[in-house]
Formats: sequence, C-alpha cells, structure tokens
Amino acid sequence: MIHVHQITFGYTPTSPLFEGFTWDVARGEMWAILGPSGCGKTTLLMLLAGLRFPTAGQISIEGRPIHRPRPGTGLILQDYGLLPWATVRQNVELGLRIRALYGPDGKHAPKESLTENRAPYWIDRLGLTEVAERYPSQISGGQRQRTAIARTLVLQPDLLLMDEPFSSLDAVTCHDLQHLTLSLCQEQGITLIVVTHAIEEALALGQKILLLGAPPNRQARIFENPRAGQGQIDRRLHNQLWEEMKRQGHSVASP
Amino acid sequence: MVMKQREITLAALGLLLLWQLAALIVQRPILPGPSTVLLIFVRELGNDLLLHFGASLWRVTAGMALSVLIAAPAGIVIGASPRWNRLVSPIIYLLYPIPKVVLVPIVLLFLGVGDRAKIALIFLILFFQILVLVRDQAVGIPPQLIQSLRSIGAGRRALFRFVYLPASLPAILTALRQSIGTAVAVLYVTELFATKYGLGYYIYYNGSTLLNYPAMYAGVIAMAILGFGMYVVVDWLERRWCAWKFAS
Repeated sequence: MIHVHQITFGYTPTSPLFEGFTWDVARGEMWAILGPSGCGKTTLLMLLAGLRFPTAGQISIEGRPIHRPRPGTGLILQDYGLLPWATVRQNVELGLRIRALYGPDGKHAPKESLTENRAPYWIDRLGLTEVAERYPSQISGGQRQRTAIARTLVLQPDLLLMDEPFSSLDAVTCHDLQHLTLSLCQEQGITLIVVTHAIEEALALGQKILLLGAPPNRQARIFENPRAGQGQIDRRLHNQLWEEMKRQGHSVASP
Repeated sequence: MVMKQREITLAALGLLLLWQLAALIVQRPILPGPSTVLLIFVRELGNDLLLHFGASLWRVTAGMALSVLIAAPAGIVIGASPRWNRLVSPIIYLLYPIPKVVLVPIVLLFLGVGDRAKIALIFLILFFQILVLVRDQAVGIPPQLIQSLRSIGAGRRALFRFVYLPASLPAILTALRQSIGTAVAVLYVTELFATKYGLGYYIYYNGSTLLNYPAMYAGVIAMAILGFGMYVVVDWLERRWCAWKFAS
C-alpha cells in the first residue's frame, strides 16, 4: 500500500534524517514507528501525510506518488488538533464541511463525494453523544482524542497516521484508546501507523515495529510483533528493543 | 469584561448622585445638576441632538467597519506567513506607537474637512490596534492545528474560513474595545473643525458660543451614550460569536 523508495530528507541539507531510506507497508497492517526524540519518526509521518516532501526518492501510496495530503489518509496528532472554538459535533463534522467548501474536486477532496453524513454515527460509536455540544476545553483528554478519531473516521480513510496519540493520557484511558483504535482499524480495514517514543506503546499497537535510530536513517529495521493487541507484552522483544535503543546512546522512555 | 446589568445600573445611579452632590456644592451655571441636564437632553433630542448623534455614530461606525475589513485580513496574512511578518513587522513597530491624534492636521490637509477625513482618522487609530492583535493571534495558532486541518483536505480558503477567521474574532473585538475610548476622543477633536454636524460640534457650539450649559452637558451625555453603546455592542457580539471563550 505504501512504498517509501530511497528517500532523502533533512531540515538542513548537512544533517539529513533519512538518506536513501526504503520501507514498505502492506494494506491492513498495524505498524508502530519507535525511536528516541530527534530520530525523525514524526518527520516520517509528515512525509507520509503529504505535509513534507523528500528531497530525493519518492513516496507513493496506493500506487500514486504523494504531492499533497491525500484525502484517504487520516492524521491524528498528540494535541491541538481540535478547533477550540468548535463543539465536539462541529469538530467531527469539520472534514465534511471542508469537503463541502471545495466540492469533490479530486484535489482537496476525493472525486466521489461522501453520500451520507456519518458524523452522528461516529459520535455515538465513540461515546461522545453526551458531550457533543461541548467545547474541547470542557471535555477530558481521552474524549478529545476520541473526537479526533471520530473526525478522521467520518471521512472513511484507508490509512490512519497517529503521532504520539495517547502519550498525554492516563494509563487506563491510554489502554482503552489503544484497544479501541486497533479494533476500529481492523473492523474498517484501515492500515495503521502509530509513532511513539515508548516501547510499551509500540508493542501494544504495532504488529510490526519500525525502529529508527540516530539520524541519518538508511535502513528500515523491522521487528515482528504478532502478539500486539492481545493485551500481553512480548517481554523478550521488549528487552531486545530496549537494548537496541540503549546501544544508540539515547535516553529511552520505559517503565 | 462582561458586566452584570444590575451592577451597571447601580454604578450609573451612584455616579448621577455624585454629580448631583457636586452641582449642589458648586452652585454655578457651568455645572447644572443631572435632573436639569436630563430634561434638556430629552427636549434637545426633539430638536437637533439626534441629528448630531447620528452624524457622529455614522463616522465612528464607518471608521470601525473600514478598519476591521482591512486590518483583520491584513493581520491574518501577515501572521500566517513568516515571510510577510518579517517584512512588515518592523514597519508596524515604527508606526504603531505614533499617537494618531497628531495626524489630525495632516489628514485634514489631505482629505479636506468633510466626513472622509473624520472617518479616515478613526480608521487609522483602529487599523493598527486590530492589525497588531490579529497578527499576534495568527502567529500563535499551533502548527499542529494547521497540519491537522491540512491533512483532512484544508487548503488556504478552508484554513481562513475554519481557523484564522474564528481565531481572530476575539482579537478583533478586543482591539475594538480597547480603541473605542480613543476613537470617540479623536472623533470629538475632528468635529471641532469645519462641520455643522456631530456631537463634537454640538458640545463646543453650545458651550462656547451659545453658552447653553445644560445643552452642552446633554451633548456630553450623548457622547457618553455613543461610547458606552459601542461597548455594549462589542460585548454582545463577543458573547454571540465567541461563546467558547466563556465555556468552562
């Protein structure tokens, strides 16, 4: 589904984050991108989202090179993703209103328009009905992320990108939302890519884990984690990832 | 900033009481009591006062509308684009602190003595206030918010409609509230020159030519109502358009 081919990218030309980096993602896979701060994991997400562009090489999704944000890709960030002046309902409907503004032009919105308003369904499904008329400042962090997820799912994406989506939430809320995200992606056939700095989260969400290290990243180091989403952490893999990250001399977040 | 009606009414009554006391102590025609003035005020409304009020209201509203329409989009463009911000901000930095009242003679020379000069002066005062506040507001919008919206398809038009415009509304209203006092003061100054309509003219003419002090005070009250009325309107707009600010 995603083909990252020989890409090079850096915010300054002298210190690239990626150099001839290649990575492939198949449809329906659940990925975690793990690495210490500054390794380029958020940047990789921005490249996939079409918000940044490689200086060399190419990223294509569903066979099409990425030159702008792709309508079928959803992006959820840690925080600040919701409009503070819009209610939960208005935030969930935002994508639809943006598409209505441009019409199905094939550029900002897909050529085939969404026929029905799925916002009420997703508001209900994510347990937001009671807070639908409240503003983001009036609801909990967990409810805010649920709102962000609902807003994305309304647009029926086939790829979901998340950047540290649950790291500011308490442990229980975080666990619930991880579980919810996985089951929704499986149910809707969405390919999932989650960026995290925490090994635990990578192991909980990623059936495959892409480990990034000190830049420049040249090779994709991939760890298989078939036990993701089963409520149990693979201790052996945890230790292996821990050693890998420590070996690179970076501070690592772990319990 | 939104006050309760009861408190405002009480404060108004208290001020009227103080005024009455002062009038009783001073006992001179240049300070008539509020009862005298209010009577004259009502009588003068039937004469020309309403006309003068209307002239002033038109000038100040036109100046405000013009400044919002020009300064708000300009502030958004400057704030949203680092390049424009680097280019324009030093200029704003130089011009912003100039007290716009000193431009009165210059503007009069260029635009003549009609409404245009008066509206232009009010425009100048509000323009920089709104420009600076809206620019700072736009600069402070978190990049994550912009990225989130761009990822769901927002281009420039949608960002303006769904992010920059609603984000600047509180800044515009704050700028208006901060500038109402100065705007009305400058309006008064400009209406002293070569006009036959406006509260500034009315107050000055009654006070210095006709020596009709109660009518002069009636003009002052009309000016106060003009300023206060604009405050009330701005507060009302804020509660209507920026409900999220009051949500807790």
